[in-house]
Amino acid sequence: MKFERIAITEEAAKIVEKLKAEHGELIFHQSGGCCDGSAPMIFEKEDMYLDDSDIHLGELCGVNYYMNEEQFEYWKHTHLTVDITEGRGSSFSLEIPLGLRFIIHSRLLSEEENSALNK
Amino acid sequence: MSYTKPQFNEKYGNFINGKFVDPIGGEYFENKSPIDNSLIAKYPRSKKEDVQLAVDAANAAKDAWGNTSAAERAAMLNKVADIIEANLEEFALVETCDNGKAIRETINADVPLSIDHWRYFASVIRAEEGSATELDQNTLSMNIKEPLGVVAQIIPWNFPLLMLSWKMPPALAAGNCVILKPAEQTPSSATLLMEKIADVFPPGVVNIIHGFGPEAGKPLASNSGVDKVAFTGETTTGQLIMQYASKNLNPVTMELGGKSPNIFFNSVMDEDDAFLDKAIEGAVLFAFNQGEVCTCPSRLLVQEDIYDAFMEKVIARTKAIVQTNPYDSSCMMGAQASNDQFEKILSYINIGKEEGAKVLTGGNACKLDGDLANGYYIEPTILEGHNKMRVFQEEIFGPVLAVTKFKDEADAIAIANDTLYGLGAGVWTRDAHQLYQIPRAIKAGRVWVNCYHAYPAHAPFGGYKKSGFGRETHLMMMNHYRQNKNMLISYDKNKLGFF
Repeated sequence: MKFERIAITEEAAKIVEKLKAEHGELIFHQSGGCCDGSAPMIFEKEDMYLDDSDIHLGELCGVNYYMNEEQFEYWKHTHLTVDITEGRGSSFSLEIPLGLRFIIHSRLLSEEENSALNK
Repeated sequence: MSYTKPQFNEKYGNFINGKFVDPIGGEYFENKSPIDNSLIAKYPRSKKEDVQLAVDAANAAKDAWGNTSAAERAAMLNKVADIIEANLEEFALVETCDNGKAIRETINADVPLSIDHWRYFASVIRAEEGSATELDQNTLSMNIKEPLGVVAQIIPWNFPLLMLSWKMPPALAAGNCVILKPAEQTPSSATLLMEKIADVFPPGVVNIIHGFGPEAGKPLASNSGVDKVAFTGETTTGQLIMQYASKNLNPVTMELGGKSPNIFFNSVMDEDDAFLDKAIEGAVLFAFNQGEVCTCPSRLLVQEDIYDAFMEKVIARTKAIVQTNPYDSSCMMGAQASNDQFEKILSYINIGKEEGAKVLTGGNACKLDGDLANGYYIEPTILEGHNKMRVFQEEIFGPVLAVTKFKDEADAIAIANDTLYGLGAGVWTRDAHQLYQIPRAIKAGRVWVNCYHAYPAHAPFGGYKKSGFGRETHLMMMNHYRQNKNMLISYDKNKLGFF
């Protein structure tokens, strides 16, 4: 059985599709730090410089999801579900002009998931 | 004493070239108060074209402004301080309305500190000097400090007027023109300030652009007409701004938050005295500004032999926090700044519980009555666990304290430094050796020793590690806003002899 680290709610998926139609290919990047941090951010694919230090967590609606490797060390035992809520962030994330923010709901990976994903 | 929501106009403009102007595209966004979700006013949804107007205005003004005397610039900065001081209560009310924080904080902390930062930078430029060194009998090296030109500043929503007052005065004092973008959640106090000081500076020296990050922030941070970008926010946007700056080969400064440890050694409980009382308050300062502080002391580290007795007092003090209408002077903790922050904080409390953290107090949204039921309130929350849990590693930016025990000094230092960040830290002890050695061992830019959450203008503030770089709130910040012109002067009449 294949396990995933990330998932997305139906409502959030609708917004991702809408942003894809408007902006083309996108990526998610998980931010850390203050203010609007600790939230997923979505950008045009070429906007952010990614390299080996960005861990690829999976794909949601055809959008690759990345997190910095150092941050990943503290997150890797948890499963993340991307959701959408009303709000107003001050980052460069593309959903912000819609009056919406992506947020993360987390749960612990099950033992089975953990042993498959974090070998 | 209780205040009420201040009055606002229906809509406001950007402040460009000395006057308020409508956004070119004619679009606005609604700004609401997190206290009760009521409408404050409409602010410009600026785009690239609006940003360009501000960049052009600043560039047109920069040569004349850069040549003003330090005395002239200092007088203007002092004038701004006087104007804010004369309207202190009005600024405090607008700030409380826009951000949700308790009025006792805006009246006693945000606004007075803002005033002092304008005065501090007005004063330091009068005392500052360049340098001259006689390299040999006939050669003089002279260093003159010159402004960079046009500075872009992007600030967050947790201390809107104070973050503006950390960033603008040093840039202006150094002789730069400024384009500042307030966070879209909190555009009001910057707008009020421009209304009050519209005539203080020559047109183009001070510009305010409102709008959303991807539409206005990005074109500002990547604009080739800007000579430097200063940013306070989170890591992903920080990385993007550095990328954009790299295209222009521009310098940047970054303040990106933290997960600050607040360490209490067993000697704090040697006496039941005023110092212990101060220490307990120091632990409860996680609830200051609803926890929406980059340096929130969100990791509490307590030595194991005093843990139970100390935590009993911390929990009791936390439970005594009064949550009521933020306009009421008795309110000790106000509303979280927005719905998405509210949701994020609750989501973190949840994962904390899932990871096995024990809720010592709080743990829920706080339900207030009447109109306040529409606002975003969360109970001050203490979670007991260990440092590898996500609630110990990620900045929640809410009133959530993660507490754990340590055995000895080495253990305390190891836990304190086991974090991606290094902005602030607190060390509490009666031991004279620990007072020096522990702060030196902690990898953070600001270590408060037997105090916390003090931000005087005369002490440098900034991060280690992923918390960023650059030092604000001190003369040091001036050097992040200028160039060094070295004049190498020969008084020798004789040629080199090569040609």
